Amino acid sequence: MTENNKRLMQGNEACVEGAIAAGMRFFAGYPITPSTEIAEISAAKLPRIGGKFIQMEDEIASISAIIGASLTGVKAMTATSGPGFSLKQEGIGYAIMAEVPCVIVNVQRGGPSTGLPTSPAQGDIMQARWGTHGEHSIIALYPSTVKEIFDTTIRAFNLSEKYRTPVILLMDEVIAHMREAVDLPDISEIKIYNRKKPSVGPEEYKPYKVLKGNIVPEMANIGEGYRYHVTGLIHDESGAPTNDNRIAEELVLRLVNKIENNLDDIVYYEKYELDDAEEAIVAFGATARSAKSAIDTLRAKGRRIGMFRPITIWPSPKKQLTELAKKVKRIMVVEMNMGQYLLEVERIAGKYTEVLGYGRVNGELVTPKEIVRFVEEG
Amino acid sequence: MGNNLIEKYYRTERLPHIWCPGCGNGIVLRAIVKAIDNLGLNKDDICVVSGIGCSSRATGYLDFNTVHTTHGRALAFATGIKLANPNLHVIVITGDGDCAAIGGNHLIHAARRNIDITTVVFNNNIYGMTGGQYSPTTPTGDKGTTAPYGNIDPNFDLCELAKSAGATYVSRSTVYGANMITKQVEEGIKNKGFSFIEALTICPTYYGRKNKKGDAPEMINQLKEMTINVDAYYKLPQEKREGRIVIGELYRVQREEYIEKYNRLINSF
Ligand SMILES: Cc1ncc(C[n+]2csc(CCOP(=O)(O)OP(=O)(O)O)c2C)c(N)n1
Ligand code: SF4
Repeated sequence: MTENNKRLMQGNEACVEGAIAAGMRFFAGYPITPSTEIAEISAAKLPRIGGKFIQMEDEIASISAIIGASLTGVKAMTATSGPGFSLKQEGIGYAIMAEVPCVIVNVQRGGPSTGLPTSPAQGDIMQARWGTHGEHSIIALYPSTVKEIFDTTIRAFNLSEKYRTPVILLMDEVIAHMREAVDLPDISEIKIYNRKKPSVGPEEYKPYKVLKGNIVPEMANIGEGYRYHVTGLIHDESGAPTNDNRIAEELVLRLVNKIENNLDDIVYYEKYELDDAEEAIVAFGATARSAKSAIDTLRAKGRRIGMFRPITIWPSPKKQLTELAKKVKRIMVVEMNMGQYLLEVERIAGKYTEVLGYGRVNGELVTPKEIVRFVEEG
Repeated sequence: MGNNLIEKYYRTERLPHIWCPGCGNGIVLRAIVKAIDNLGLNKDDICVVSGIGCSSRATGYLDFNTVHTTHGRALAFATGIKLANPNLHVIVITGDGDCAAIGGNHLIHAARRNIDITTVVFNNNIYGMTGGQYSPTTPTGDKGTTAPYGNIDPNFDLCELAKSAGATYVSRSTVYGANMITKQVEEGIKNKGFSFIEALTICPTYYGRKNKKGDAPEMINQLKEMTINVDAYYKLPQEKREGRIVIGELYRVQREEYIEKYNRLINSF
C-alpha cells in the first residue's frame, strides 16, 4: 500500500469504488436520498470502463434489470433507500429463488413511508431479513466506516457470487455522506470471487443441480451455448417448474442451508475490548462508532465493558453471540430503531444472560454520552 | 413442417403444456417460433423473457435461453439482459395484464428508450391465469369475474400506447391469421429498436365462457369478423370504421437504438 492510494472519500463513493474493484460492470437504479450519489458516481464511472449504467423507471425495474444483467454473467448492483427498498423486495425474492448473484445497497433513512428522507435510521434490519415473502435466508452486511464500506462492498459481491444469492448492503446515512481518508488497497491485493461456470458441456448441464464438492449449482451465462430455463417458480434440477412437494421442500431447504450451513465463511464481525469484559454492547454501523467512544469513556472510569459489532448482521452470528452471552453479565443492544436486532440477540443470548435494548427513532444519532448514561443507569 | 418446428425448438420433454384445450396461446407461440426459424437464427443467440400469466408460461417450453420472470417485469429483466449482452436477440412474451396493467410503465419506458427488444403481447382480453378477471384490454361492458355487471373501464389500445411511447415498429395480428403473426415477429426482430406486436388471441375458458362467445373455433371466427387489414381500413369511409380493429403493420419509424447510443458514449472515452 502506498501513500498515493490514500484518498478522502465519501461513503457512497467508497461503495462504488468497492463495487468496481469487485468487478461490477452494470448498475441500474432509481434516485433516492440518501443513496443517490451511488447512482450518480456509477453513471460517471461505468461507461469509462466499458460498463453500463441505466436509470430505470422505478426500483422494481432496477432490480429486475440487474438480475437480467447478472444472468448474462455481468456483475451487477443497485442502490436505494427506505421506500425503494420496499419495492426491491419482489426482485430480491426472485434472485433468491433463481439463484442470481447481485448486490442491493440500502442506505437507510427514517420511516415508515417517506419518513425522514435525510436523517439516519436503522429501521430496516427486519425488512432486510424478512422483507421478501416466503421462507428464505439472506446475507446482509453492515459496514461502519468509509473504508469498511469499500471492503464490505467487495465482500458483498464475493459472497453473492460464491453462494449465488442476492446480498444486501445496509448502510447508515451518516456514513454514506461522511468523508474519511481511505487507503485503497492495490487491485492485486484484493481477493475476488467469481461464480463457478459449468464444468460439464451443455448436453450434461443441469442448471440447478449441485455437483459434488460444490456449494451451489454451477452457473452458465445466457448466450454461451447452455440454453436453460430460469424461473421464480419452484423448479427441479433442470429448471422446469414443478408442484412436486418433495422437490419444493428440497429446493427451499437447499436455498436456506447453503447460507445457514456456512456461517463461518459468511459471518464477519469485530470484537472491541471484549477480552476482560463483564458487560457488552452490541451495535452496528454508525451506532457502533458512538458505542466505541462510550466504551472508552466507561473504561477510563474503570468499567469492564466491550462491544461485539456484527458486520454480517444476517445470517446472525449465532456462535459468537452465544459465546459472548455465556461470558458477560449483560448485553446491551444499541440501535436507531425500537429494538429490531434486540429481538434477534434476545433469541440467541436471552437464555444465558440479561439482554437490554436502547433505541431511538427521531432521526438523530445515538450519542456516546447517551450510551454512557444508559450503561451507568440502565 | 409443424412437427419439425416442435422437435427443433421446443423442449419436448416439458410437453404437454398447461394450456386449456382451445386456448390460442399455442398458435401464437408456434407463429413466433416459425419466425425465428424463417430468419435462421442460432438458438444460442436467442433469449426469450416472459412475465407471469398463462401466456408467459410459454418460455418454459422453448429450447432457447429462457427467463420466466415476475408479474409485469419481463421488459425490465429483458432490458438488463439486452444491455449487458447486446449480441442476444431478446424477445419478450407477455399477456395483456402483464404488459399493460402491472407492467404498463415498463412498456412505456422500454418503448421510449427504443431498446432493441421484440415484444409480443398475447392479448386475450382477460386475466387467464388467475381465473378470468377483467384486464386493461377487456372491452367496456364485457364481463369478468371481477366485473360481474360488466366492465366500466375503457379498454386500452396497446398499439397506440406503444407508438406514442416511442416504439419504432408496431403491428397487430390475430390467431385467425397466424402467418401474419409470424411475418410481424420477423419484422420485429429485424427492426433495430423496440418492436411491439399485439397478437389477438382467445381464452375460451374464461373470457369466452363469461361472455358467451362460444367455443374456440367460433371465437377465432369472431376475431376474423372484428378485424380489418390496415390498407382496407383506410379505404373505408369514416362512418364505417367504427368498432373495427385494425391489423397489419401500423407504424414504423427510424430512430437510433438505445444501446447503439450507449456504445457511442463508451467509445467516446
Ligand atoms: C405481483 C403479482 N400480482 C398478482 C399476481 C397474480 N397473477 C398471476 S397471472 C395474473 C394475470 C395474468 O393475466 P395476463 O397477463 O393477461 O396473462 P394471461 O394469463 O391471460 O395469459 C395475475 C394477476 C402475481 N403473480 N404477481
Ligand atoms: S385460462 Fe384461458 S388463457 Fe389460460 S390456458 Fe386456459 S384458455 Fe388459455
